[in-house]
Amino acid sequence: MNKMLNVALPKGRLGEKVYAMFAKAGFPCPSILEPNRKLIFENPEAGVRYFWVKPSDVPIYVERGVADIGVAGKDILLEYRPDVYELLDLDIGKCRMAVAAPKGFYDDPRRTLRVATKFSNIARGYYASLGRDIDIIHLNGSIEIAPIMGLSDVIVDIVETGTTLKENDLEVIATVVPISARLIANKASFKFKNEQIEQIAKSIATGTEAKA
Amino acid sequence: MMNNTSLLRNDERAVLALRELYHTHGYTPYKMNKFEEYDLYVRNKSFLVSDHVITFTDTNGKLMAMKPDVTLSIIKNGKDGDALQKVYYHENVYRVSGRTGDFREIMQAGLECIGDVDGFAVFEVLTLAAKSLLKISPDCVLDISHLGILTAVLDTLSVTGATREQLIRCIGEKNTHELGAICLGAGVAPERTALLQTLVSSYGKPSTVLPALEGLLAGTVDAALLREFSALIHALERTECGDIVRIDFSVVSDMGYYNGIVFKGFVSGVPSDILSGGQYDGLMRKMGRSAGAIGFAVYLDRLERLSEQERSYDVDVALLYGEDADPAALYRAAGNLIAQGKTVTVLRELPEKLRYHTLMKFDEKEGRLCE
Repeated sequence: MNKMLNVALPKGRLGEKVYAMFAKAGFPCPSILEPNRKLIFENPEAGVRYFWVKPSDVPIYVERGVADIGVAGKDILLEYRPDVYELLDLDIGKCRMAVAAPKGFYDDPRRTLRVATKFSNIARGYYASLGRDIDIIHLNGSIEIAPIMGLSDVIVDIVETGTTLKENDLEVIATVVPISARLIANKASFKFKNEQIEQIAKSIATGTEAKA
Repeated sequence: MMNNTSLLRNDERAVLALRELYHTHGYTPYKMNKFEEYDLYVRNKSFLVSDHVITFTDTNGKLMAMKPDVTLSIIKNGKDGDALQKVYYHENVYRVSGRTGDFREIMQAGLECIGDVDGFAVFEVLTLAAKSLLKISPDCVLDISHLGILTAVLDTLSVTGATREQLIRCIGEKNTHELGAICLGAGVAPERTALLQTLVSSYGKPSTVLPALEGLLAGTVDAALLREFSALIHALERTECGDIVRIDFSVVSDMGYYNGIVFKGFVSGVPSDILSGGQYDGLMRKMGRSAGAIGFAVYLDRLERLSEQERSYDVDVALLYGEDADPAALYRAAGNLIAQGKTVTVLRELPEKLRYHTLMKFDEKEGRLCE
């Protein structure tokens, strides 16, 4: 391997799981497991450099070629539509994008539906496919409060276990799309580091160690 | 003596090299107005990279646009029955760039071959595309696909409308897992799904990819079409650019406009494609033309980040002078340094951020320079 492969990992629990997959596939970097606040780690022998970034920023690093490959949730990919290759469904970080509303909510078709969400593009696309007129209210967090306080009728958000919804008297009324972590690659890097990227994708897909 | 091309940026150097390349192959320069009637772009919105166009009202009340594209204007201004039209251009276009949502002036070069486009014309345009990339960087690749082949495989799936569009998006993303899920949902036979997945995920030099694909596609794709594609690729392999050719069926341009050969070029160090082109007979039909067409554009603005030789200083000599300096003597002294091939900036005071190699002072009394 003559070129260092730059990998953007999402900070947090998902990122740790992802790193374990990469390590198992033959691209370890033991220093990443040391307790410190460093963000960049490299293992020249394995030809790999990892860096931790905010999960929603992974596609930006990959699209702009700073990272050759990275791991991002399908929710982020659907929302921002980066111009990257989506090589693998890693089948981890599984959850779903769903519409939730206060229990007993009645959707009156005569009125514009007010939708609070962090994922405006996904929500817009989903309701456009249903032909439903909506008013998007873009929020950056605590989405569950919006229908309780009367800011919106429903929310579109990620649902993992449904506990937060339950505790706020909300329930899922429709699933928009299932979500999981995906291995993405920069389009130019895929050409110039093809062997390494194909090898890493194949090893992760089959759960085997890559041959040097 | 200073090398004049060292003063040029990457994009400017590329323009010079590309114009020379196209000119030597008999392509003639095509110069056009900066403005075009907005109507032209409204009718062909999805052909444009971005559908945002800067508009303004002309003095006669007509809605005009700052040109976001060159190809449409070239087609509009030609007519069927003309001999094969081979033109190249180097123009600024006005588009929304990336996710910023802001308009930018983008320098674009490219060529168009319009008329009775035969095998040689396609071969020549592909060769010129490959040579264009090599003029920019030796570390480059030209990915080639054939929409006729891809369409034939897609047709066997018997999916239409939104499902077909979703599949085409997955093809562009090399997203074989989602492609498989969509096919499963649409009731496509597993072996047909597997064929499309293999086609999309195959990538590499023709010598590696083509033999396997030829066997795989036989029976699904018209044998003559396959033969024609293979012959074209083998001919390209035999040229001096053969080493940068790759087969990649994930190159999908808008199938309403493009047909046949489509291609994209990449150079190492630039994170996205810098060259894009193909046969666009579909666009010609939509614009009422019966002729064939093939061409490509080189996005020169994307070369900005390609590593240039970093200069460690802005100027060779910073020459300081005092209040009493004789202007003519000072100018003569600076001129002597310039004649030696040095770059010189003449200043009363040294700016804080100026990076210079040598600092000199002009001695007013002696009328000479001292370091």
